[in-house]
Amino acid sequence: MTLAAAENDRERPGNAALFLAYLQIGLTGFGGVNAWARQLLVEKRGWMTEQEYAETLGVAQVLPGPNAINCAIGVGVRFGGGFGALACSIGLLAGPMALLAVIASLYDAYGQLPLVRAVLTGIAAAAAGMVLGTAVKMVDRLRPTLPLITVGITALVLALLRVPLPFVVLGLAPFGLLAAWQVLRR
Amino acid sequence: MTLLLQILLAFGTLSLLAIGGANAVLPEMHRLVVEVHGWMDDATFTQLFALAQAAPGPNILAASVMGWHIAGPAGLAMATIGMLVPAAILAWGMAGLTHRLRGNTWLKPAQFGLVPVAVGLIAASGVIMANAAGTGWITVGIIAASTAFVWRTKYSPLWVLAGGGALGLVLL
Repeated sequence: MTLAAAENDRERPGNAALFLAYLQIGLTGFGGVNAWARQLLVEKRGWMTEQEYAETLGVAQVLPGPNAINCAIGVGVRFGGGFGALACSIGLLAGPMALLAVIASLYDAYGQLPLVRAVLTGIAAAAAGMVLGTAVKMVDRLRPTLPLITVGITALVLALLRVPLPFVVLGLAPFGLLAAWQVLRR
Repeated sequence: MTLLLQILLAFGTLSLLAIGGANAVLPEMHRLVVEVHGWMDDATFTQLFALAQAAPGPNILAASVMGWHIAGPAGLAMATIGMLVPAAILAWGMAGLTHRLRGNTWLKPAQFGLVPVAVGLIAASGVIMANAAGTGWITVGIIAASTAFVWRTKYSPLWVLAGGGALGLVLL
């Protein structure tokens, strides 16, 4: 069987199916949405191959904005054009948004109660550590070269000096690209 | 300029710059929301961001929670639209190019070259949050423990948030 025939054999989901799939992904995707999306789209539904999903995610990761939403838009466009993109992204966001609206209103109503404040202070401290730990883990895994480390530390310092983000990103991107190109060339 | 328009613009400027997800735009979000506009204090900012981390869905929705806190449901709508729509339009435009981009020689350096910038920004987020959250020796202890846990173990970070909340309830 040729590759084109295999492509035709696979089910092409409609917009309603896409919406429901992403609604499920959004509601189950604690922590990282992408792992859940891959499992559902590739393993359970078989709408995409491993390779197709990886390519869509790869482009989503280069683009600005949340990877998960970019990826949902990529998947949606692939199967249903603009409306497919809307179906996937709204499906992905509907559940979490509803939940966050509830959380935000509860915070406004009860956030100042001493007991709630104590819990929230603990969660905030843990989240701070979580973000720090993520940064340390990424450095640990990447084993960056000196030029890459320099770019990273410069970004850290500029952000802490409250330099507006557009200047940080646009100013450092050329140096990051240069450092990356040097590593990949080897 | 009305408050809602200010919210839309503030989060709208963040949208196309979010190259490393929510954690990488946190310093800029903090600068705009706490320092430039004075919409909330340090502690509230940190708590709302932490709550968004604990909830399911993309962490970038921290913007939505903050929008609600600033101006209610309309604020939530403005912050969410500002944060998501510009990047979404770009993603839509690029989606058709996925096949053509595959194996492109600049895609890999582009992906890789922004990583150190993103990691630096994530580290800055951690410092800003730790600065706001580390108010006493108990909270500093929680920060240190959760940093080590996330760095050294493979368990879901949600355990850290739950543990932090439980410790806060008992000790604070």
